[in-house]
Amino acid sequence: MEDVAIIGIGQTKIGEQWERSLRNLAVDAIQAALKDAAVDHAEALYVGNTLAGEFTAQQHLGALLADWASLGSIEALRVEAASASGAAAIHMGHMAVASGQLSLVVVCGVEKMTDTDPAIERGALASAMDAEYEAMQGLSLTASSALLMRRYMYEYKVCHEDFAPFAINAHKNALGNPYAQFHKAITLEDFKRAPVVADPITMLDSAPVADGAAALVLCSGELARRSCSKAVYIRASVVATDRLALHSRRDPLFLQAAYVSAHKAYLQAGIGPSDIDLFELHDASTLLAALSLEACGFAPRGKGIRLGQEGQIDLQGSIPISTMGGLKARGDPLGATGVYQVAELIQHLRGEAGANQVRNARIGMAQNIGGNGATAITHILEAPY
Amino acid sequence: MPTPAHWESQRCRTGLVGEVCKECGARLFPPRDICPHCAEPAQTVFRFRGNGEVYSYSVVHYAPAGYETYAPYPVALVKLEEGPLITAQLTDVDSADVRIGMPVEMVTRKIREEGQSGVIVYGYKFRPRLDTLDKESHSEPARHLA
Repeated sequence: MEDVAIIGIGQTKIGEQWERSLRNLAVDAIQAALKDAAVDHAEALYVGNTLAGEFTAQQHLGALLADWASLGSIEALRVEAASASGAAAIHMGHMAVASGQLSLVVVCGVEKMTDTDPAIERGALASAMDAEYEAMQGLSLTASSALLMRRYMYEYKVCHEDFAPFAINAHKNALGNPYAQFHKAITLEDFKRAPVVADPITMLDSAPVADGAAALVLCSGELARRSCSKAVYIRASVVATDRLALHSRRDPLFLQAAYVSAHKAYLQAGIGPSDIDLFELHDASTLLAALSLEACGFAPRGKGIRLGQEGQIDLQGSIPISTMGGLKARGDPLGATGVYQVAELIQHLRGEAGANQVRNARIGMAQNIGGNGATAITHILEAPY
Repeated sequence: MPTPAHWESQRCRTGLVGEVCKECGARLFPPRDICPHCAEPAQTVFRFRGNGEVYSYSVVHYAPAGYETYAPYPVALVKLEEGPLITAQLTDVDSADVRIGMPVEMVTRKIREEGQSGVIVYGYKFRPRLDTLDKESHSEPARHLA
């Protein structure tokens, strides 16, 4: 298997981008990534997108974006795995290069959410769950997380404000990220006063809707060593799944897919959780942040929230998370999110993360989760020296 | 969802009909024909009694399209006495009175209307179990279907 490098990153500002359509956002990100990599072509394009058909009546994104980015008649496909679509596209790009079939590919994650009526958008989001046995009951994706959070609080005897450090940390870190949706620090008092979305989940537990696009240029390690001094290497790329519906899982409070994907990734990279210098996890809700830390081996079950309370998740802590704002405050443009996570790891591993730089960052991990955990995709990246 | 799609799942939704795995004995809801525990065929019909307890619950304030007129409404994971968890709305109860562990029973209720020309979809919801209610402190559950 060829080793695979990432030599270019591009990100657009996340938020309500009323003047930019899906294709504009994607092309902006692709062009920025190509420029960063100092290349002017690619052999393939893999697009991570969750719901363009539902949100903007646009499918066939592979051909659309290869066309509008003027990439020629290249192989171009859209990859879907609910909110893990971005990392799924990276995984496809990694396979194409690692297999030796291709040597230079572009991955783009894009989502345009804010043009859609909110109730239709919530219905579309619910399609990540079991349509016949969860969504049919009127369950929203946020309410599904709320079912887990309520049970977590009950089983581990913790209260809602114990989750606050995840949101406070994310908002603090977003201040140093020019692409982030929110540039506003929040306090514990703000967290306690936030309006309820689906009891016990409030507005400050969960990531809101947003538009955005991010892109990466991947190439063979051999090509990177010849031509790029700032290449970062992919040491692991692993997809795992769990039963789709919460009610079908053996233990709903354990993210089986996150566990399998992270631990296979550790094996692939030949490392363990203690070697990870920073972790971009999927904090679509504060609850998912806690469950991810537990599944990936950073905390025992029921103790994920303690890492927040002890400050271990800060930029100077033992396992910095949401270092550029996370889903909560950088923003969560669904299919783009997994690509933002990896682009942010690369900023740190290149030493280009500005005020948010994690010191001596050499190995970073990103985990993108689909729905409430039925898909989990883990990438481990390593700086070149 | 077009009408034929409802025909497929109607028996399971109104009768709480699942399956039992002959190999490992697991009772399955929803019916899925292949046992998720042992991967053996599981096509023997099994009707659940409809009794269970609340495993977890929430209240939907911002409803998905098609459910807006019913919001806010309580939703739950219910642990059926035969084993499996099931996702369903709670009904005939004030959201503030719901507790984890609360005994509940299945009833058939309207789930949604599919627009002006569409069907009215009926299915299972769960209400507090009548035989566990303290008659002094609780009013009679509403008799209308909603």
